[in-house]
Amino acid sequence: MKVSKTETLPVRSGDDVVRVRQRVRTLAVEIGLGLVDQTKIVTAASELARNTLDYGGGGDVRAEIVQAGIRKGLRLTFEDRGPGIADIEQALTDRFTTGRGMGLGLGGAKRLSNEFHIESTPGTGTRVTIARWK
Amino acid sequence: MDNCLAPTRGTAMAPIEGAPGSLKASNEYKDKLMTMDGAEVLAGTVTRDETAILDAWLAGLRAGASLQSGRIREAELQTQAKSVLAQFKDALAEGGPDADGEAYASLRETLAEISRSRAIQGFTPTDTANFVFALKEPIFEALRRAIGSDTPALAAGIVAAGKVLDQLGLHTTEVFLASREEVIGRQGQEIAELSTPVVRLWDGILALPLIGTLDSARTGVVMENLLQAIVDEEAEIAIIDITGVPTVDTLVAQHLLKTVAAARLMGADCIVSGIRPQIAQTMVHLGVELNVVSKATLADAFAVALKQTGRRVVRQQAVPAVERR
Repeated sequence: MKVSKTETLPVRSGDDVVRVRQRVRTLAVEIGLGLVDQTKIVTAASELARNTLDYGGGGDVRAEIVQAGIRKGLRLTFEDRGPGIADIEQALTDRFTTGRGMGLGLGGAKRLSNEFHIESTPGTGTRVTIARWK
Repeated sequence: MDNCLAPTRGTAMAPIEGAPGSLKASNEYKDKLMTMDGAEVLAGTVTRDETAILDAWLAGLRAGASLQSGRIREAELQTQAKSVLAQFKDALAEGGPDADGEAYASLRETLAEISRSRAIQGFTPTDTANFVFALKEPIFEALRRAIGSDTPALAAGIVAAGKVLDQLGLHTTEVFLASREEVIGRQGQEIAELSTPVVRLWDGILALPLIGTLDSARTGVVMENLLQAIVDEEAEIAIIDITGVPTVDTLVAQHLLKTVAAARLMGADCIVSGIRPQIAQTMVHLGVELNVVSKATLADAFAVALKQTGRRVVRQQAVPAVERR
């Protein structure tokens, strides 16, 4: 798999979440995703960026345009150095939240992406990687 | 050396006697310069050589981009340069090379005024700062003429001149940016106020077209406006149109549901309209359920609202002919 473009965006404030959304939309258009797929990856990015901000205390997003054979895709990695998630299974359950949200973000992001990977160590931080292929 | 002539450090510079043409006077002046520090050298030189500096400065400005862009007339530039240099001279004599000091207050004000007018005339911050920085070369030249080959004195003078002119140049940039920020701030407030209008479509039917990002702060404004309008208009139905909301994630959905719940408590039914196909698909995948009547377009929602309030839109059988003269 070849990575043809990488950029890193900070997630430190609510405005950054908006910027991440805009940037992800631009990249999704760039690799030629359709309108529905664009909306899906943008919405997933919005959920994960807000998780990074609200629960991880801020972090970074790495956006990569990847190519496997003739397929192009957009891969996003959200990383924070927050408290981490003790029970990932539980966190992925719909309607479960430790905050005041709807508890649908993480599971929703998984359903909106083609690839979803999460690793978290309590006390160290969380890394979520999603990808959407054309 | 004549000690009486040498001013002590920190005292105000009196204009130096002796015409530049007289060799003796010139030498005496040079001797005197040797005992002064950079600030005094600078103040003395600017006072003594004001006309030459002004001419060189104007020549530099004329060659620069400001005049050639045609945004400012030469006469205006001349007036500005003249008053700035005069104030600079007075400030140097009074307060030394500290551009943040009290003596520079009126000069800073003049420069701020110029900077603001430049911003309006469409100059870049670089153009504006260059107005001040262009003064450097003529002053360095004048210092060289006055001091000649005495390198330490020349260096001290140039350092002092560089320092004070840099400060003044940055000051113009700061004012320039501040005036821009003022405009941005005002526009931000205007957008916040304008972007959440509540529109009355019919007796008892309100529409709330949402445009842009729906964050917590805006949801607060939206909810407040809507609830107040429901009271004012005695509305039965409120249509929330999200055609202009680019991304509907769980947070936006949550805000929408809260707004709907609040409107219901006030006795008004809500209809959400403007849900585009891609948004609908995404919301299904997210698992968000909007337990509220929703329609694809505002027109559909309006039709539902009319029906619910017992109204019907009918087309007249015969369209009346347009009167011809």
